[in-house]
Amino acid sequence: MSAASDRLDARCPGGDMATRWTRHKFDLDLINPANRRGFHVIVVGTGLAGGSAAASLAEMGYSVTSMCIQDSPRRAHSIAAQGGINAAKAYRNDGDSVHRLFYDTVKGGDFRARESNVHRLAEVSNQIIDQCVALGVPFAREYGGTLANRSFGGAQVARTFYARGQTGQQLLLGAYGSLMRQVHAGRVNLLPRREMVELVVSGGNACGVIARNLVTGEYERHAADAVLLCTGGYGNVFRLSTNAQASNVTAAWRCHRRGAFFANPCYTQIHPTCIPVSGAHQSKLTLMSESLRNDGRVWVPSRAGDERAPGDIPEAERDHYLERRYPSFGNLVPRDVASRAAKRVCDEGFGVGATGTAVFLDFADAIARDGRTAVEARYGNLFQMYEMITGEDPYRVPMRIFPAVHYTMGGLWVDYNLETTVPGLFALGEANFSDHGANRLGASALMQGLADGTFVIPATITAHLAGRSFERVDVGAPAFAEAEAEARARNDRILGVGGGSTVTSLHRELGQCMWNLVGMSRSAAGLGEAIERVRELRDRFWADVRVPGEANHLNPSLEHAGRLADFLEFAELLATDALSREESCGGHFREEHQTAEGEALRNDEDFCHVAAWEHGALGSTRHTEPLTFEEVHLVTRSYK
Amino acid sequence: MAASPTTLRLTLHVWRQAGPERPGGFEVHHLAEVSVDMSFLEMLDILNEQLLSQGRDPFCFDHDCREGICGMCSLVINGQVHGPEAEITTCQLHMRHFADGDTIVIEPFRARALPVVRDLVVDRSALDRIIAAGGYISTDAGSAPEANALPVSTAVADEAMDAAACIGCAGCVAACPNASAMLFTAAKVSHLALLPQGAPERDRRALAMVERMDDEGFGGCTNERECQAACPKAVSVAHIARLNREFLRSSVLGRS
Repeated sequence: MSAASDRLDARCPGGDMATRWTRHKFDLDLINPANRRGFHVIVVGTGLAGGSAAASLAEMGYSVTSMCIQDSPRRAHSIAAQGGINAAKAYRNDGDSVHRLFYDTVKGGDFRARESNVHRLAEVSNQIIDQCVALGVPFAREYGGTLANRSFGGAQVARTFYARGQTGQQLLLGAYGSLMRQVHAGRVNLLPRREMVELVVSGGNACGVIARNLVTGEYERHAADAVLLCTGGYGNVFRLSTNAQASNVTAAWRCHRRGAFFANPCYTQIHPTCIPVSGAHQSKLTLMSESLRNDGRVWVPSRAGDERAPGDIPEAERDHYLERRYPSFGNLVPRDVASRAAKRVCDEGFGVGATGTAVFLDFADAIARDGRTAVEARYGNLFQMYEMITGEDPYRVPMRIFPAVHYTMGGLWVDYNLETTVPGLFALGEANFSDHGANRLGASALMQGLADGTFVIPATITAHLAGRSFERVDVGAPAFAEAEAEARARNDRILGVGGGSTVTSLHRELGQCMWNLVGMSRSAAGLGEAIERVRELRDRFWADVRVPGEANHLNPSLEHAGRLADFLEFAELLATDALSREESCGGHFREEHQTAEGEALRNDEDFCHVAAWEHGALGSTRHTEPLTFEEVHLVTRSYK
Repeated sequence: MAASPTTLRLTLHVWRQAGPERPGGFEVHHLAEVSVDMSFLEMLDILNEQLLSQGRDPFCFDHDCREGICGMCSLVINGQVHGPEAEITTCQLHMRHFADGDTIVIEPFRARALPVVRDLVVDRSALDRIIAAGGYISTDAGSAPEANALPVSTAVADEAMDAAACIGCAGCVAACPNASAMLFTAAKVSHLALLPQGAPERDRRALAMVERMDDEGFGGCTNERECQAACPKAVSVAHIARLNREFLRSSVLGRS
């Protein structure tokens, strides 16, 4: 069922890896600056990928429409990224290079990413830092005035640039500023509080979108020569995640249903350092930046069920299990490794806190070594955030942390040009699948979002706009009428159910099912059960959901219901993908495939490929794109 | 370790308004068993679930990241912007700061330039238009010099970061008796005026942004300092002083 598919031509340039991107740019068609304004591009989403893409394309002269579901483009969820952004500047004189960033990212992704894309990402990383500094991003500085760096999980060099614990915010505000400059110049038509509810495809090409104005409820038709999907990830299929409340899969899922293949949905990242769940009322999980692992030491009591206060447990009776099991990386092992290790010690009964599902992250040594002031300068806002949520002071008591869903490596399948299997539809940032393989390294999401939006798509969009001939379709065309009718009918159907279950309660059930059976640890039996339960829940949604009000006003329940309806379809695909991938790799851990020590066991013989799913009326079809490793040798990852 | 779990009984007076041109008023609701570990918005989630189970319309309120950084949440709680605790947003406010039996009054941010959209949701697009008028450095992608070519002292970078921490929530506007957007505007002007990269556009930035602010219907600044007290990111009114200098400078030198 999964032979290499001729539908998945990645269009990677061959030959020397280091010059592929340069040669590819030369080979792409160009559009004369004067002719660019004649091309209209819709960018959905205003995070780092979407905001920077809309701004960059407008700067080049394209006519751009930018839309987002928030009230302002400055609020997209990129803003919540805390720790930093990687680049291969090698400012620390520690042997870093483009090749090393490339190598670390391929290895960190557990050899399930496409080498050509990753190399390009590493290559443009340095330009991103230059661009962000020029835009006034107030990165941390050394006393001499040069840029500061910190280290991050999965790397042995310090290549992460940061702005306190608010790097995502500062980068996004940089991109937002550039976007607003283009709005002011009249080159971007900005549409906030709009949700893309359908992709419009005509003659096989993406030719526009149907958006719903969330304030008036009106359905709008927007035509374009290309559509850029920059709508982030699908972590909220687990209900509780570190994602923002409005983060959703709907735009991507609508594209999937119109022909875009969905790649590797089972690659979900569980972040090791989040604040544990406190009760059923919980609406989100809060991340404590991974950068904390630079100075915090992770431990649990050596004796299961030890209920003494952490300060009363002597050093000899503490198990620093990451330092013990992974002496060379210690507390800085990659996220998937750290998360599973935490789950394992908790499953074995060593967990701490009221629920027993937490481990300590202790700063006592760092405070003793560097002083409270130094620790406060590095992590002050994170410590403040922790205290606000838990009521505990992490300067005195170790933090309690537990893994939570954070990022999704899977997404719409794209080729080297970031184009999906629907010509004219591109996917950027977290919404695509290509750069992080089965596990993303810390500080690489911001890098990828800005790489795709600022430097990749401005070059590759011509593959569609100039590289092929397509017919321009206006909003009066039947394809628009049909797509709009479908979107309307879906919402009307939701409003018409009039049952007894609230959207939130159904979403919570879906989340519990996904977290328990499709979360950090998966088995064939559990995945089979998850698929059954998702189907049952989907039937219950359409039979018993209750959404009040009408479609013609601001109606958050209706928005949430539409997103949940799509999550309920998508969840089955995620579980199906996890079931068909008979190996453990990165964020995907199958209990059947582990070593005697409980480490992930990859199966390169059978699964060294991308799985991309095609939607069909009778079910999904699994296609594969083989992955070849020319530069980085396929080896078992070891952080010991 | 965590305090023993307790719950609160609350009386809520919540603003209900169907649209910008429609009359609004308070509705009174009662909640039993609000966990002290809940965030304020989770308490509103519970209220909305209760309303749904009674077949009534839930309240609309803006929120997204629920970790105090996106700037989407708002609310005036018992007369205070973002509630009674200093330097946090409404989404970061937890119910342990309230007492059993409390009455809590919940209103939208109020200002002429921030019209109510529905219930507790207001239209803050005027702030985007202030930024569009000049709150950026005009460097096209691809034209940036090497990042370390321009050293910036830690003191300057830190102060710029203090200003850049603004999340654009409009709390400063809601707290100001004049409904002025001075602190918001000053935060961006100050951030960019401090950095050498922002220098080429200094002569026009402050003028253009302040003009836009006035045109949007925000009031003037009379140094009440309510904005600083309400700001969830502790942006200082010292940035307003810098804005005033920048405004004077660009009024003299301006080429807007």
